[in-house]
Amino acid sequence: MDAVEPNSIFSQRHLLGIADLSPQEITYLLDMADNAVSVSRQLNKKKAVLQGRTQINLFFEASTRTQSSFELAGKRLGADVMNMSVASSSVKKGETLVDTAMTLNAMKPDLLVVRHGSAGAVELLAQKVGCSVINAGDGAHEHPTQALLDALTIRRHKGKFPGLTVAICGDILHSRVARSNILLLNAMGARVRVIAPSTLLPAGIEQLGVEVFNSMEKGLTDTDVVMMLRLQRERMAGALVPSVHEYFRFFGLDSQKLSFARPGALVMHPGPMNRGVEISTGVADGAQSVIEEQVEMGVAVRMAVIETLLRTNSGGGDA
Amino acid sequence: MPDTSNKGETNTRPLLIKGGHVVDPSQDIDGPASVLIQDGLIADISVGGNETGAPEDADLIDASGNHVFPGLIDARVYVGEPGAEHRETIASASQAAAAGGVTGFVMMPETDPVIDNVALVDFVRRAAADTAEVRVYPSATVTKGLHGTELTEFGLLQESGAVMLSEGKHTVSNNLILRRAMTYARDFDLTIALETNDPDLSSNGVMNEGLNATHLGLPGIPREAETIPLERDLRMAALTGAKYHAANVSTSDSASAISVYKKNGHAVTAGVSINHLSLNENDVGRYRTFFKLSPPLRAEDDRQAMIAALSDGTIDIIVSSHDPHDVDTKRHPFAEAAVGAIGLETMFAAALRLYHSGDISLSRIIECAAKRPAEIFGIKGGTLRKGAKADLFIADIELPWVVQENEIVSRSKNTPFEGSRFSGKVLKTLVAGRTIYTQKG
Repeated sequence: MDAVEPNSIFSQRHLLGIADLSPQEITYLLDMADNAVSVSRQLNKKKAVLQGRTQINLFFEASTRTQSSFELAGKRLGADVMNMSVASSSVKKGETLVDTAMTLNAMKPDLLVVRHGSAGAVELLAQKVGCSVINAGDGAHEHPTQALLDALTIRRHKGKFPGLTVAICGDILHSRVARSNILLLNAMGARVRVIAPSTLLPAGIEQLGVEVFNSMEKGLTDTDVVMMLRLQRERMAGALVPSVHEYFRFFGLDSQKLSFARPGALVMHPGPMNRGVEISTGVADGAQSVIEEQVEMGVAVRMAVIETLLRTNSGGGDA
Repeated sequence: MPDTSNKGETNTRPLLIKGGHVVDPSQDIDGPASVLIQDGLIADISVGGNETGAPEDADLIDASGNHVFPGLIDARVYVGEPGAEHRETIASASQAAAAGGVTGFVMMPETDPVIDNVALVDFVRRAAADTAEVRVYPSATVTKGLHGTELTEFGLLQESGAVMLSEGKHTVSNNLILRRAMTYARDFDLTIALETNDPDLSSNGVMNEGLNATHLGLPGIPREAETIPLERDLRMAALTGAKYHAANVSTSDSASAISVYKKNGHAVTAGVSINHLSLNENDVGRYRTFFKLSPPLRAEDDRQAMIAALSDGTIDIIVSSHDPHDVDTKRHPFAEAAVGAIGLETMFAAALRLYHSGDISLSRIIECAAKRPAEIFGIKGGTLRKGAKADLFIADIELPWVVQENEIVSRSKNTPFEGSRFSGKVLKTLVAGRTIYTQKG
């Protein structure tokens, strides 16, 4: 893995979205991540290729799992990792996003990992800084490392993407995970379905190359992978969905609905789960669930992305 | 969806109804025919009255000189149960329906409490099963508590037997909520049936805006209070692809708007009450509160437009808008009196006036009061096709009679037709092959 020539296939400075990646680049990152899995499974998980490099996790939206996954990934690669959370940042004092970016830029980090509640905010920030930027989720736009870790999980179980049918179920409207996954899976040759009540589907979704279903039973028939999305409880108040009870009855994944999918179909969820809302405990913890494995793949994928970006952009003179 | 009708099929001897003139638009029958009923279902219908296939032990109803129609389905009936049983119970409404040839009705959800959850739909079904002679189809509100903010559980309500969603006499004022309601309803193929009335524009109005209201010194309700939200609803139906039913239209402009959306292929339908086909604002006379309706009775031009729209298919169904109120709430100064009139018993007779005057054919009346409501709300009925439920009525379409208060079956007596002379009366009504009403005398 150390021998991989970083610039031959992957030459981007940032990872802002799956939309910017070619199938070759996606495959490259997945191959790198596959190797990183074995590093993480060693007793000594340190692979100090990024010694002396600085990674700042800048999270404008609260996150536990994504932030800690990025932190762990950076640390396993030997980088110095600093977390900046919203509560202690200058944003609360009225500083603009661009000002924050400039301030951080002056500290000469090598990598910024950014999550922000507004779509496009990470890209705006990337334009203003000299280092690499990873989008850890911007509004309902993209969450590229989530799509990569989902893809890695699928590939390790199913081998390849062509011929696979993947159903993404639930709140597609508000989901950056759904958008990044649709882009990635389509690019890699899988067939993608979305299943949701029409109130939770964005306009023109069918033009993204997905089949649209409003019924779990119909949509799950003959699928190889079932990806559930989190339903925020505040969606009830906005008249998007009448109640948790009704949502679970029609769109929650339970064993009865899962039985429409192919035998051995994978059950995935980006977390955190609402048990009894979009997924039953029996299915979440069942034999077909790879939800915990997704978390493990998350660290590996982020190691692969961080290492690739920092090798490509050796700010000081590494590599 | 479960069969929400409460009347089980009965195992009885076969019954032959012979000699009558059958009008069944679902099969293009309009002539002599005999109907054979067995086990609560139509076993056979033979045009020309040649009933050679009838079993010898069959009971016989001689309908010679009379007409036989599929039972009417009234898609807009207010009942006082739960919450105002002194006005009307499900049972008393059912008896009134039977007297009017109505063998099934959609019960409006604007009760107290409003029907906005599964338990209440279940209550209606059980009460109907226990007490009603005709088939009662529950509906449910679009928003919880009629507050216009949160959706009810459309899918679960449908599973429990609600055949449509309605806000009663209320309009969904918030455009975003309406859009989401229609979008969500489309997934379940549920029809949203709304009466449109802009509460701000109507303000404190109590009758049609115009010279009559001015003479009477009463605040008026402009036609635009109906048409503006109706046009909004129609646009939203086009945007969402939802099945939308304009439940209770009254103006010429409403008919024009609906016609445009129908021509453009949208899934919109419309209903008009028998009152707005029969009466106009002049009938209010000197503050007669039984003529205070929602929407208000309009001008004669509007009434004519309603008849024309019903004839040309712009309007799909006739409803009674049966809305019982006790005398106490009607015996007030006009502005303070309750809104609404009963109509189950007189809908058919009043509709026959349009037939006798040559405005609308008999078969179109039956189509609009039986076949189409069944189709729009996914109800099995409105037909005498072989295998269908034996819900029908026999009428003498010429028999003269006068509406008299002491003969009204409904628990409330607020009919705008009291003292009216009609030609044509229901003689006998059957549900599941069983006679549930026979005209006295």
